[in-house]
Amino acid sequence: MESSVQPARGERVIVPQRGWRKLELRELWDQRDLIGVFIRRDLGTRYKQTTIGLFWTVLQPLALTTIFSVFFGLLAKVPSAAGIPYPLFAASGMILWLAISEAFGRVSMSTVSASALLSKIYFPRLAIPIASLAAPVLDFLAGVVIVLLLSIGYGFEPTWKLLLFPLLIAGLIGTSLGAGLWFAALSAKYRDALLVLPLISLVGLFISPIIYPIELVPENLQAVYVLNPVAGLMEFYRWMLLPLALPLHLLAISLTVSVTLLVSGAYYYKRAEPGFADAL
Amino acid sequence: MSADTRNATAIQAEQVGKRYYLGEGVGGPGGLAAALESGLKAPFRRLRGHRPVSHVEGEEFWALRDVSFSIERGEVVGMIGRNGAGKSTMLKILAQITPPTEGRVVLRGRVSSLLEVGTGFHPELTGRENIFLNGTVLGMRRRQIVEKFDEIVEFSEIGQFLDTPVKRYSSGMYVRLAFSVASHLLTEILLIDEVLAVGDAAFQRKCLDRMEAISRSGDHTIIFVSHSTQTVRKVADRIILLEDGRLTLDGPAEEVTAKYLERIQPIEHGGFSVIGRDVTRGGTGEARTVRVALQDDSGNIRERIHFGEPFTVELTVEVDKPIPEAAFDVGISTQDGGRFMTASSSDKGGEWLELRPGTHKIRARIEATLYPGEFVIDAGIYTSNGTQIDDIERVLSFTGLNTPAVEGGERYQWDVSQGYVRAPSSWTPVEEPSPVEPLTAPVSPGQGAR
Repeated sequence: MESSVQPARGERVIVPQRGWRKLELRELWDQRDLIGVFIRRDLGTRYKQTTIGLFWTVLQPLALTTIFSVFFGLLAKVPSAAGIPYPLFAASGMILWLAISEAFGRVSMSTVSASALLSKIYFPRLAIPIASLAAPVLDFLAGVVIVLLLSIGYGFEPTWKLLLFPLLIAGLIGTSLGAGLWFAALSAKYRDALLVLPLISLVGLFISPIIYPIELVPENLQAVYVLNPVAGLMEFYRWMLLPLALPLHLLAISLTVSVTLLVSGAYYYKRAEPGFADAL
Repeated sequence: MSADTRNATAIQAEQVGKRYYLGEGVGGPGGLAAALESGLKAPFRRLRGHRPVSHVEGEEFWALRDVSFSIERGEVVGMIGRNGAGKSTMLKILAQITPPTEGRVVLRGRVSSLLEVGTGFHPELTGRENIFLNGTVLGMRRRQIVEKFDEIVEFSEIGQFLDTPVKRYSSGMYVRLAFSVASHLLTEILLIDEVLAVGDAAFQRKCLDRMEAISRSGDHTIIFVSHSTQTVRKVADRIILLEDGRLTLDGPAEEVTAKYLERIQPIEHGGFSVIGRDVTRGGTGEARTVRVALQDDSGNIRERIHFGEPFTVELTVEVDKPIPEAAFDVGISTQDGGRFMTASSSDKGGEWLELRPGTHKIRARIEATLYPGEFVIDAGIYTSNGTQIDDIERVLSFTGLNTPAVEGGERYQWDVSQGYVRAPSSWTPVEEPSPVEPLTAPVSPGQGAR
């Protein structure tokens, strides 16, 4: 009758957990079904109650783009990148920024939002923050289609550079996950860590080249400016879509920061993980 | 290799200990972070009011200490103990939700845990979607869930509501679906905590039967935690008793419950009992019995009941949330924990009671004639759909006397009681046997075959 029970997978030894631990990515991979289920749960419920579902996804960036185009582009005369109309410039920036900020926010909140699950069942904890990335990434894909249509409308044809799109997604995921994991880990014990998220989101908008071009930053300060990994990502993204130059040395700095954030975030998360159930 | 996986020991716990720091998180006392944390959190904590103020910041406390046991494959083991004895902490360690502070545990086989009903259920998703969600969270592959899907649905009795979002389910349906998923998608080791306390009586019975069936297959090891010794000994062959974080008894179910009941003397003997926060209780907790008193018909508090004298059990109840349809029950058990009768406010078509927040009193007059002996009162509150709101055992004990309440009344005339309660009965006069009617009924073939 109970024929479907799997054979025992050997032994599991439970011992005290302290200090830095291995990431156990193998176990995470074995339980990838679980990530799929969390993603399906997220996406399935997201728009169940709203009739115009996808419309909301694009409403926010479009509204913000309009506002920035009018007040910054038109009235304040903020310049755009060389040869790019300001609305297209702002729209493209806004789409990526909202995705990063949303992804970062969701990863940061993931521990607290999943507290019921975390304090009642065992599973590789990293599945939770990783799964929470799916919705913002999908929103971003929808947004990019709009940006592409917009740039074609302005007469910029897509080029071979678009083939590098997976790298952009990797950058988006890596950067938001890396930063978010720090907060996800901290938030279990220091719930107040999450109070700073809206501030980070707001500050990020102004310290990244989203509504103004990077050229506005004095050249000798640019190397410091790109310590914000969003800056490098934003440059790479606009270079991919539009006929712009790519400052490789700046990109390298951003990339280094991103990777450092991701690796350190993952290890810090893993270190904090055994305490989640007790602290939540 | 197969010799290894077929190893007879399923769970081996060696000197397991778990330390908590009261009044803060897991990190331990001292350090800049702790100072920063308490400084940051203090105003918020007062606002939320969720931590008891009396706890000294950084004081350490061992929820479990030096607990060792070993459980064979196929055993069904009950774990009992008072609130805070460490039962749930032990389960959480076995379920890998929280690591131990010292010691180690070796598990052979995959573990799934049912620490709370419907963990991983999502209110917006339908019953069907949640079966898959919950099953995966419990560690199953999609294929396995598909295989068991029909069985799960049938057992849960949710039938036509399968495609309704679970937020529209009653709590009873919720429990049924959750238990059904967990008990059909079996792993080698199953950990169950108190969850059955929420279901209605009929479904509880069904769950216990299901657990028995699982255990009879011999491949599955079950650890079952409950505050109710009645429930535990229905399922478990062996019981582990935890007291103040230490394992104090481990042995055959009957033996351990007997010793345990000896130790947890009823909260009070005779008169009345005020039930403190430290007392183990079951149920959802929206309303709680806080005082139980034994009275006679004149309203006097009594420690002893005369033979044939009706008695009244007065319950004082604190209600947190409005409950539209509730009922109370009062159980009378023997000293060794066997419930032999129950009076319910919903008996004989009694009205369901609407409970408003606040403190209320309700009295049950019990007219049964108890034989002389020592008895214990249990008290419970439940709703019309069978959800147990409150359940406490052994609140108050009292003595049944053999002497009558009034001069010249009936007196119990024997030294030994046969049973505990007199069966209301009426007897015919003695008739002469009729010559045509045989004394024994003929045996029918159908009955004979049994």
